[in-house]
Amino acid sequence: MSDVTKAAAPARDLVEVSDLTVDFGDLRAVDGLTFRLERGAALALVGESGSGKSTVASALLGLHRGTGARVGGAIEVAGVDVRRAPEEALRRLRGGKAAMVFQDPLSSLDPYYAIGDQIAEVYRVHTRASRRAARARAVEVLDRVGIADAVRRSRSRPHEFSGGMRQRALIAMALACEPDLLIADEPTTALDVTVQAQILDLLHTLREETGMGLLLVTHDVGVAAESVDEVLVMRHGRAVEHGPVADVLGAPEQPYTRELLGAVPRVEVPRAVSGTGEAPSEVVLEATGLRREFGRGKRAFAAVDDVSLTIHRGETLGIVGESGSGKTTLGRMLVGLLEPTAGEVRYDGHARVGVNPAVQMVFQDPVSSLNPRRSVGESIADPLRARGERDEEDIRERVRELLERVGLVAAHYDRYPHEFSGGQRQRVGIARALAADPRLIVCDEPVSALDVTTQAQVVAMLGELQRELGLALVFVAHDLAVIRQVSDRVAVMRRGRIVEEGPADEVYDNPQDPYTKQLLAAVPALDPRIAVQRRAARRELTVV
Amino acid sequence: MSGFLARRILGAVITLLAISVIVYVVFYVTPGNVAQITCGPRCSPAQVQQVAEQLHLNDPLYARYWDFLQGLVAGQDYSTGTSVQHCSAPCLGLSYQSDQQVTALILAKLPVSLSLVFGAMVLWLILGVGTGVLSAWRRGRLTERLLTGVTLAGVATPVFVIGLVLMIVVCGQLQLLPFPQYVAFTDDPEQWAWNLLLPWLSLALIEAAAFARLTRASMLETLAEDHIRTFRAYGVGERSIIGRHALRGALAPVIALNANNFGGAVGGAVLTETLFGLPGIGQELVHAVNVVDLPVVVGMVLVIGFFVVAANAVADVLYAVADRRVVLA
Repeated sequence: MSDVTKAAAPARDLVEVSDLTVDFGDLRAVDGLTFRLERGAALALVGESGSGKSTVASALLGLHRGTGARVGGAIEVAGVDVRRAPEEALRRLRGGKAAMVFQDPLSSLDPYYAIGDQIAEVYRVHTRASRRAARARAVEVLDRVGIADAVRRSRSRPHEFSGGMRQRALIAMALACEPDLLIADEPTTALDVTVQAQILDLLHTLREETGMGLLLVTHDVGVAAESVDEVLVMRHGRAVEHGPVADVLGAPEQPYTRELLGAVPRVEVPRAVSGTGEAPSEVVLEATGLRREFGRGKRAFAAVDDVSLTIHRGETLGIVGESGSGKTTLGRMLVGLLEPTAGEVRYDGHARVGVNPAVQMVFQDPVSSLNPRRSVGESIADPLRARGERDEEDIRERVRELLERVGLVAAHYDRYPHEFSGGQRQRVGIARALAADPRLIVCDEPVSALDVTTQAQVVAMLGELQRELGLALVFVAHDLAVIRQVSDRVAVMRRGRIVEEGPADEVYDNPQDPYTKQLLAAVPALDPRIAVQRRAARRELTVV
Repeated sequence: MSGFLARRILGAVITLLAISVIVYVVFYVTPGNVAQITCGPRCSPAQVQQVAEQLHLNDPLYARYWDFLQGLVAGQDYSTGTSVQHCSAPCLGLSYQSDQQVTALILAKLPVSLSLVFGAMVLWLILGVGTGVLSAWRRGRLTERLLTGVTLAGVATPVFVIGLVLMIVVCGQLQLLPFPQYVAFTDDPEQWAWNLLLPWLSLALIEAAAFARLTRASMLETLAEDHIRTFRAYGVGERSIIGRHALRGALAPVIALNANNFGGAVGGAVLTETLFGLPGIGQELVHAVNVVDLPVVVGMVLVIGFFVVAANAVADVLYAVADRRVVLA
């Protein structure tokens, strides 16, 4: 149906970018970038946040027009001079010849209209199709991207779709007009790892069938390795290294590329340093038969169901699971922020009621978990004051000590959260957790909002603190590689239950539960050759 | 839906009862001799005493409130000295001043107020939302600055200034319209509309300013959302983005504001009513408060409260229609 090969393709490349610069005020987001993409080829722009990779993607469609950004250099996409083309030509390019898929599939669709109508609207912008024909086309492309029962589901609104289905719908929208180029800006970042694998596989198949070019923007080197022929590593708006994917990832020439690759946690490599090295001794916390329900009556469902676990002094328990698996709910019950519906949490052998200062929590989002109107010093001092400390001198002294302990400077006391980077803010969050002299810290996705290099630093710091203070850690995360790199023991959660638990290396090297196997097969591999093997393996491992 | 209605009606009844209690208490503790005021300055102490007796002013608060509730549910007979008047349920009592039944009084005044507010609402929505959309679209350009200036002037100008100027210019100088005089819709719909045009316009101009500012802010917020970026990146035209996607997303707060302002204007458009000589609820309420005519005040306040509650319920239904994610509960 969509195998209309664009015959007599001109000799020019699909994308030709030379000496591209983008300035936002005084900030140069992209600085002298040159690259080209042949028809049907796939290129990944890889970089950490602030590297300018998404800015490049937007610039290809001329989305900076009218925003005050200054774009310099030359951009040609599918024969259109994006910088100089009239508005009308640009509109025909957008969605017609080059279509974009965005990161967050929930917010990228209009919540008020049916998905089929949104796709039909885009289709009608580019063709003279009737309403009915456009609607039929929408159903066709939805079916094409693997939405079951597409006729009926095309009438659903975005909130009625799961994250993976929404991303499929966005890809369907991109396919509607059979573009020559697909620009995918972090297309799988908001998705679970198994869903990510499905979406990457879908993109792969579509590319094989339609021959469209792909420009993939991602921070995740693994995602790039799975999907493209060439990689361009970006940093501070400049190209660091550019070449075939196997060369750049296999034998990086630039120090930054090596650093970046070195920081990527690997799921196949055992943990470098294990916890305190001591044999598990004293039990710090014990949970038995934990269950937590939300909602009442017919709508009630158990987010966590019959979970029991034990945490020893000085060890790290990794809890891994996809979204909705109940891992955050479990973490909150361990800290006492949520009361279990059934079961109990025993701390030091005693049944625990409410919050205990010896069990602290580090939250996922370092931006929203700090009060923006209070200095970080004051935020860190909160647990001290809550404990009854009154001597201002002592409090200041202790907070300064904590700031230094987490790798910040004592003088940061009076600064406000917005003055810090994401990684620094997470350090503040950790300092706040340490303030109450805890014996156990539950970290809920502590590094998932951070870049890989920052992530590696924060993980290393947590390890050091653990060894120095003999802390027990519960590390909740969706990222299997991160969990392997931090944990002594691992619990895999699915639908509120622990499906597999054991020493990290055993669970990872010899998974018993089919779900664990499926999760591990879905992790993107850094080596393109392994990626091909995993893709084949995934086809055989589909747990419903 | 039926559960939603039942909960809403129950909530409304409780709210209205609470309002009536508050009004009773406020009037009870307000200083001043009600019987003296009702009877007039030339009454003798004996006459005042007789009036107090007749109006049950010497009864304790709870007894008077109980009488009120009884009247509301079962109706009541009132003796007005010479004759006995039956007031059937729902009875809100008799006016202290005129011995007229409050329900009848309300039924006489309500059509005037509703005519004024309904018409004005249509105008203020068109003017306000239209201006808001336009200034969000033309953000940062001359059009927007002009519109911002005009709406700011709208907020800052008292209704009697706008109304007077309109009357002087339209009715006096240009003689395009007669000086407004209320004509019932049922008598002559055409005259009804022509006579109300100026009151509508002056009330709407004041209200529209708030709607314009809210719509503009809400539109700008929606325009910054990711899904708008999606449609821009797919070549969808600006007109469709503004009219189809951004406006719909921006409507929720507008619906909420409209519910409150509509309900409020039923009893609160006193200045407009006074200026144009419209015998509506607002005017009557102010008069009743001045002469401490408790039954009329309670009745009017309940009617106004009813419209505020009802307008908010309608707003909730509209929310759910506009946004399928909203579940009525």
